[in-house]
Amino acid sequence: MTMSPKRFSVRLNTRDGAVDMTHGSGGRAMAQLIEALFVKHFDNDLLRQANDQAAFDVSGGRMVMSTDGHVISPLFFPGGDIGSLSVHGTINDVAMSGARPLYLAAGFILEEGLPLADLEKIVISMGQAARAANVPIVTGDTKVVEKGKADGVFITTTGVGMVPEGVNISGDRARPGDVILVNGSMGDHGVAIMSSRENLQFETTIESDSAALHSLVAEMVMAVPGIHCLRDPTRGGLATTLNELAQQSRVGMNLYETRIPIKPAVNAACELLGLDPLYVANEGKLVCICAQENAQRLLDVMQAHPLGRQAAIIGDVVEDPHGFVQMQTSFGGSRVVDWLTGEQLPRIC
Amino acid sequence: MRYIEEFRRHDLAQQLATAIRREVDPDRHYRLMEFCGGHTHAIFRYGVQNLMPANVSFVHGPGCPVCVLPIARIDHAIQLAQQEDVILCTYADLLRVPASGRKSLLRIKAEGADVRMVYSTQDALRIAHENPDREVVFFAIGFETTTPPTAVAIKQAQNMGLKNFSVFCNHVLTPAAIQNILESPELREMGAVSIDGFFGPSHVSSIIGSQPYEFFAEEFQKPVVIAGFEPLDVMQSALMLIRQLNEGRHEVENEYTRVVTREGNRKAQRLVAEVMELRRYFEWRGLGRVPYSALRVKPSFAEFDAEQRFDVPTIQASDIKGCECPRILRGVKKPTDCKLFGTVCTPENPMGSCMVSSEGACAAYWSYGRFRKSGTEQESVA
Repeated sequence: MTMSPKRFSVRLNTRDGAVDMTHGSGGRAMAQLIEALFVKHFDNDLLRQANDQAAFDVSGGRMVMSTDGHVISPLFFPGGDIGSLSVHGTINDVAMSGARPLYLAAGFILEEGLPLADLEKIVISMGQAARAANVPIVTGDTKVVEKGKADGVFITTTGVGMVPEGVNISGDRARPGDVILVNGSMGDHGVAIMSSRENLQFETTIESDSAALHSLVAEMVMAVPGIHCLRDPTRGGLATTLNELAQQSRVGMNLYETRIPIKPAVNAACELLGLDPLYVANEGKLVCICAQENAQRLLDVMQAHPLGRQAAIIGDVVEDPHGFVQMQTSFGGSRVVDWLTGEQLPRIC
Repeated sequence: MRYIEEFRRHDLAQQLATAIRREVDPDRHYRLMEFCGGHTHAIFRYGVQNLMPANVSFVHGPGCPVCVLPIARIDHAIQLAQQEDVILCTYADLLRVPASGRKSLLRIKAEGADVRMVYSTQDALRIAHENPDREVVFFAIGFETTTPPTAVAIKQAQNMGLKNFSVFCNHVLTPAAIQNILESPELREMGAVSIDGFFGPSHVSSIIGSQPYEFFAEEFQKPVVIAGFEPLDVMQSALMLIRQLNEGRHEVENEYTRVVTREGNRKAQRLVAEVMELRRYFEWRGLGRVPYSALRVKPSFAEFDAEQRFDVPTIQASDIKGCECPRILRGVKKPTDCKLFGTVCTPENPMGSCMVSSEGACAAYWSYGRFRKSGTEQESVA
């Protein structure tokens, strides 16, 4: 991220101005955009050095790196916006290895005509989310494309973090006899997005659960360093994430529908739209698989954390060469919980 | 979510399961056809089959509107979508239905056709209103339940003075399809299928009432129980059907009294009659040409009829070779009897329409129950 050393004669018009092609040209307009928005709101020492990269020291050990593109529509939704989501999303991807996230990088693709007021709101929200998480955005990039070639703004964030010693979390480590936990209610994010879609307006009090989960993960890992799997059930929801883990670990899973936390309003919205909440996206939830003897300890730690109050044990890992995820329904029957097919709702993150 | 959870209660399900076990005659088999995809979905999603005795089986009928639409009609819709300036509005399930030449609406959308997913006819009207220089075609499908909203949309378009809105009408009629199944040679002569009784449609019956089924019950001597779409509705209705069969009765009974009356929704019926009329024939996937089984837009509303508005040649298309959808739709075969099921035909890559919609028998078998065939018999297709 480069920054012009000169002051600018006219202030960036964040009241009724809009992004134009000069904001991505590499010239003074771009420098002003960077200084008046990104540097101002992401403010940290590394970014202020105004290099094209951020250089920092790390301790020895295992480092993780993850990247995530965000193309959500609409840009603002109940409980968050594309800015906070892009911070939480990548922090969570890093944290799901058990790592402590350290730094973020952010790449922006702006569509010509995007109101600068919207961009500022998004950047302020990103800055707040990064500060709250204590994971600074230390470098970035801005490009502008012609009107119609993007949809307002796309944000790609990349994060790095360090894995504490003795922690080895991976999707292929689930074993028969293990226990499956979640940290709270399923489907909130997807339903919040749907309720704010232009062609689907309905009133709901549901907000997106978008949140950075690394502080919860840190406590879980401290309590039980031997956690087998962690994953955030984003697109495709809980059902798809469990199928991924079952396939990676070559095991089956048994779920108990009555134990899966789902808010009544989410259930009602899904009922109305013909969706299954198990396939609806989350942005502040995790699935954890651990040995049976550690389950209660983990559950206690999760429930003591603000992001895990509704944590629950929802099922167990079983031997199954087919890798089926099955569920005892609350009705008393049983069924397969399969991979998501097709697209329940596009562009939710 | 009151008024929904009550119909999914575990304790009541157990009580009904016990009552059904007590009621069934162990020396006979009960084959009950659920006509509607909504019932198929409920049976699989809640695992209702597991709660049934082994000698009670569900036969999945043709009541999934996506599944019964023949390839030629999808081809027709694709041609409409490819006309200049056309925006084709459709329900989401139709996007993935395979058409001739490995095409689908989703594929032509990717190639540049303007195909939009809508949740209601009102969305299509709004799009027409917002795009006065484009032609907006609503791809209307469904049984009697979705027909009134289409009729309303046509009337609204007329009142709004919209000159760019039309409907590609594929609305079909339930009684004609049931009669076709009951009269099929497989059922009457060959004895290939035996269907002992029917779960009557729930939402369809809210429109047409329970009266139209009285003819079948009498003529074909099969009991019909109009059943709601919740799992307890299905179980209660199964018990009612089994009782009728044990007592040698063949009547129309209504389990779904909280919604369905004998007469149905007169206002909706009048609306449909005002805007639409019977087609002499309509081609169904699985059932072939069924007389008086579908509706078209009346000549007095011709400007809102996409088939009259656009000059699209009549299309002849045949089903995919090896695909058993036609027989599955008639209840003659099960999804697992099809060679394509789970091999080349999966929800990700559907060859036949029954694998597309979540109400389709094949998709339901695949997604919810492929690890078991019928309650007790284990199988694996993975």
